[in-house]
Amino acid sequence: MSSPFEWLIFLPFAGGVITFLLPGKSRPWLALLLTVGTFAAAWWLASDVWREGPQGYALGGWEAPLGINLYADGLSALLLLTTSAVMTLASFYSLGYFSREAEASSWTEARAFVPLWLFLLGSLNALFVSRDLFNLYVALELLTIAGVALVALAGGATALRAGMRYLLAAFLASLLYLMGVALLYGEFGVLDLALIAEAAEGGTRAPVIALAFVFLGLGIKAALFPFHAWLPHAHASAPAPVSAVLSALVVKAAFYVILRLWVDVFADSVTAPAAQAAGALGAAGILWGSFQALREQRLKLVVAHSTVAQVGYLFLLFPLLTGVGEGAWRFDAWAGGVYHMMSHAFAKGALFLAAGTILYAYGNDQISAMRGLTRTLPITTVSFGIAGIALVGLPPSGSFIAKWMLLTATIESAQWWWAVVIGAGTLLSGAYVYRLVSAAFTPDTLPESIRPVPRVMEYASLILALTSLGLGLRAAEPFDLLEVGAPFSMIVAGVGT
Amino acid sequence: MSTFELYAALAAVLFAVGLYGFFVRQELVRKVVGLNIIGAAVFLLLIAIAYRNRGDFADPVPHAMVLTGIVVAVSATALALALARRIEDETGTRRLPEDEESS
Repeated sequence: MSSPFEWLIFLPFAGGVITFLLPGKSRPWLALLLTVGTFAAAWWLASDVWREGPQGYALGGWEAPLGINLYADGLSALLLLTTSAVMTLASFYSLGYFSREAEASSWTEARAFVPLWLFLLGSLNALFVSRDLFNLYVALELLTIAGVALVALAGGATALRAGMRYLLAAFLASLLYLMGVALLYGEFGVLDLALIAEAAEGGTRAPVIALAFVFLGLGIKAALFPFHAWLPHAHASAPAPVSAVLSALVVKAAFYVILRLWVDVFADSVTAPAAQAAGALGAAGILWGSFQALREQRLKLVVAHSTVAQVGYLFLLFPLLTGVGEGAWRFDAWAGGVYHMMSHAFAKGALFLAAGTILYAYGNDQISAMRGLTRTLPITTVSFGIAGIALVGLPPSGSFIAKWMLLTATIESAQWWWAVVIGAGTLLSGAYVYRLVSAAFTPDTLPESIRPVPRVMEYASLILALTSLGLGLRAAEPFDLLEVGAPFSMIVAGVGT
Repeated sequence: MSTFELYAALAAVLFAVGLYGFFVRQELVRKVVGLNIIGAAVFLLLIAIAYRNRGDFADPVPHAMVLTGIVVAVSATALALALARRIEDETGTRRLPEDEESS
């Protein structure tokens, strides 16, 4: 096998099947090995993209429209790297998290965890390199099935109900998306994104109803307000590494598909009012999610509601891409949004892992019980603080750069109202992060007994948190990579609207 | 009304029926059945499109999509039914509580 595409998809899926057949104890180690291998493959692909431009691959040597084409440009490469980096660190974390052999129930949990985990990784990879509408559907559905099973893994009524709500919402969303795909196929007669983009150019063939189905389905999967109700409990009830990956990556995967279709394929078909509506829903999500995060009493629910808010920022980039005249702000809006996706992936991953560590040690995750955390779990407290900084978007985090670019775009495209939303969202996130950090720093009598935490758990969340900070210090390379293939060159030049 | 239009209209009706079942019924198994009816609507539409696009023979691409779609829908249905059963074992009911907070 001579192409990184093959490894990116083959390694995790083959691993998922093989680990299912292996005895339980060796599973986590093989999973770790395979996630590291996938990271290497993602790095390989990214360096190919960096040096040679966008990469394509025809499965089995069959070219589109008959065969399935895989494709990676800068955007795909960056998201593949983010995915495998977060999954690798979460895999290290899970070594510690699932090491409680003494408890029979958690041991079955750990055994089923590994194969599902690898399937999740494989479907994320497949999604980011897919280049046709139906392949995207299959990848989204695999992602849902693996994700739901991982949520329900914890067992117990709460996790099962949360998993069920997640499945019902995501299943419906898949079918809405598939309905849209069927209608699009009826209109264009092809599934390949590049061929559809060609046919849809100029916006003369804009199948509005089909696009409404597609974006509605994807909006549910991306937990866009008001379709977010399934998310908080699903993300909060899952085992810690699963929560981290669901919030950091799975939600973003659905958003990636929206971004790809909206800006890359149907740039001429979507209208300015639709973009404003998407932005308005995003803004509502920012405010609603942040308010809920302020009200919650449980740590993991706070972090989960914050995901609803952070997804909202991503949808602001659609109205910012519109606007009159030409301008560099289009690149700011688009790249800022993508950078926010990445930075939030690392920060939210770190936060959920740290929250899981606290839950592991204290036995519950009530915020009021977090007192004295600085003394009991100093490293976790530090990662919590750093990830908090990145979540709010304070310098020098990656989110700061992302928000700065979004703000620049709001001013330059003369849409100041989005700047107000970004400002309000930032203040609110500052408030709920402060609430958590201040609880951690409240000196108090320590709880009588806390369970000793494996070191690997604490360091995994610390490294994730530091990465989200590092994205702010070294932003040049990611942005250069993002420009490769210039998937949105058309709209950046101001032609697209 | 052409054959294609007839089947497309039938797909629309099925879609509406499934959607109604999904949102109105509270029992989990009925919700899953509703989703499967929506799935059937989408597959019917795809087959109708294959018929409309026919040359010497019907367009094979939608058939491939329907086959894959059925496999995916069956897997998701199996997972949903397994979850519904576990929920019934744990809570004694095959319904989800109305109030999110109490779950």
